[in-house]
Amino acid sequence: MTAAADLSRRQLAWRAFRSNRLAFLSLCLLVLLVFVSLFAEFFAPYTPQERNRAYTDGAPMGITFTNADGGLSLAPMVIARVTERDPDTLRRVTVADPGARWPIAFFARGESYSWFGLFESDIHFFGVGDGGYLHLFGTDRLGRDIFSRTLYAFRTSLSIGLASVVAAFVLGITVGGIAGYLGGIVDAAIMRVIEFLQSIPTLPLWLTVAAAVPREWTALQIYLVMTLILAMIGWTTLARRVRSRIIAMHSDEHVLAARLGGNRPVRVFRKHMLPAFTGYLIVDLTLAFSTIVLAETALSFLGLGLREPVVSLGVLMLPAQSIAAIILTPWYLIPGFFVVIVVLLLNFIGDGVRDAADPSSY
Amino acid sequence: MLAFLGRRLIAAMIVMVAFSFVVFFLVQLPPGDFADVWAASRAAQGDTVTPDEVENIREAFGLNRPFVVQYADWMFSLLQGDLGFSFEFQKPVAHVLAERLPLTLAISFAALVIIYLVGVPLGIYSAVRQHKMVDYSATFIGYFGLATPNFLLALILVYLAQRWFGLSAGGIFSPEYLGQPWSWGKFWDMLSHLVIPVLVLGSAGTAAQVRTMRATMLDELSKPYVRAALATGKSPWQVILKYPTRVAIIPIVSTLGWELTLVISGAPIVGIVLSLPDMGPVFLQSLIGQDMALAGVILLIYYLLVVIGTLISDLLLFWLDPRIRMGVESK
Repeated sequence: MTAAADLSRRQLAWRAFRSNRLAFLSLCLLVLLVFVSLFAEFFAPYTPQERNRAYTDGAPMGITFTNADGGLSLAPMVIARVTERDPDTLRRVTVADPGARWPIAFFARGESYSWFGLFESDIHFFGVGDGGYLHLFGTDRLGRDIFSRTLYAFRTSLSIGLASVVAAFVLGITVGGIAGYLGGIVDAAIMRVIEFLQSIPTLPLWLTVAAAVPREWTALQIYLVMTLILAMIGWTTLARRVRSRIIAMHSDEHVLAARLGGNRPVRVFRKHMLPAFTGYLIVDLTLAFSTIVLAETALSFLGLGLREPVVSLGVLMLPAQSIAAIILTPWYLIPGFFVVIVVLLLNFIGDGVRDAADPSSY
Repeated sequence: MLAFLGRRLIAAMIVMVAFSFVVFFLVQLPPGDFADVWAASRAAQGDTVTPDEVENIREAFGLNRPFVVQYADWMFSLLQGDLGFSFEFQKPVAHVLAERLPLTLAISFAALVIIYLVGVPLGIYSAVRQHKMVDYSATFIGYFGLATPNFLLALILVYLAQRWFGLSAGGIFSPEYLGQPWSWGKFWDMLSHLVIPVLVLGSAGTAAQVRTMRATMLDELSKPYVRAALATGKSPWQVILKYPTRVAIIPIVSTLGWELTLVISGAPIVGIVLSLPDMGPVFLQSLIGQDMALAGVILLIYYLLVVIGTLISDLLLFWLDPRIRMGVESK
């Protein structure tokens, strides 16, 4: 291990972050999740709108390693399902057939897809052969695979969260920077507005704004508007942080030197002030990100956010709104746990960065 | 004291006016106005509507006046107690809300009580017994409490209540009590239905309070005055509750307004998911139907609650923190 004195600040911070096991593990897991959802077309056995009419509202199917005759096998399988008529009601029901197995194949062929229009393929990471089907998280009312849809939805939710966080970041840094740098009346006015915005119960407000979005807008337009709405939820804390840091640093010698050296305000801010509190900003960003993901889920869940055919984690849970649905088909809730996981991971990472950014911990 | 109260009241009024302005702006936000809605509904019934008629409606309801005039008019009628008419429910807004507001208030208040009754003692206990079982489990649960969306928690609890306790979750009465006169059984039934909404609404807030209380308490516990007090030979819990707790609780009290904001923010969604007869479902329905008269008033009520909460927290702080009291009185 090299001595601490030989390392740059960034390397020191990275080393401190690495030594925090929980934070580092969270980061690895998040990267893995992002990777899988980025290639959702490949990792998901089905496409989001593909319908399996033989297995609608079907329960999650578990993976087994036991053969039909009870022996163990190394290859994963699922218990086969058969559709038959209920002798009393004559309705079609699908039941497990313990005497048969569908083997899971890797790099199996399925519905063809195109990955962001770059390349087309019909190879999925896993799947079962002809005649069989595999629904790890069950299916919805139309027989669409919830596992596959969750992967796609995860990507949408993260992407809209990321876009909103970037927007919130730009807004926060600009407004906070102006307030902190100019001070005086401008600062006072901006701070009053921010305090006002922070004292408003956010969810009802943004619900109202979202409700005002015209119904006939396209999915893309709604996506953009949602990004803006979500960014409005997150930018205030960032702006406050930037402002307070700038005010604290205003009289620092290195800032004064940079100013006397003839640098313009934007450059002083970008080159001489911003790097000093990047660590804190990252913490705020992860927290803002998790708030935004939660808000998106809530809005879409209520039917006021993103809408079909776009799938986000909130959209997936929309049918779980009625209590009857939860009792009969509790697997509709599975996508919700991905929201919990993402927020947990982001919180752990944020805590790790906070510690790593603190110079006294080296 | 009176001067302090007066200043706070004036500030609250100014904030409320600002709120009402935002709300009115939102009410006006959807494209089209009442005249368009009216024309569309007439057209849907098969009537022919001439542009002149639409213009007449607009004239009659004053919809073509400038924004500020309409705002003043709206505020004036609100202050006179005329909350407007809800198209969605075909009733005056006041009637829609009268039956639902008490439940929203009861649930929000109960959630706040839970947040402080559980959050503060648990925070103190975790700080005193740092790195022990309770501390770790409180931290762990706290992370989950903050990470789980309210509605997901509500759905899970509904599922578990149904599976394990056979509770008919949702609504506030079991089917057998619907339409029955009040009795102890019915009252008890109602309470058991309110447990889930209150728990759900309080979860995130409790988690946050435990975190704050634990952090400030840990700061205080390591200070010399605590050691000095302990050295006098008093029992440790007596010392802890008497000295550091009083200091550590100040940030908790001063954020009471925020906490209320969070509770109010979460209230609609819990009401919707659990289909409670409170303001939540009405709010959602009015938003989806773009019935902005109703939505606006509900939003305004939510904001009024927040302003009142902030006022109360200011007064509590004044009473609790001698530094603020002195600061105000010496002026």
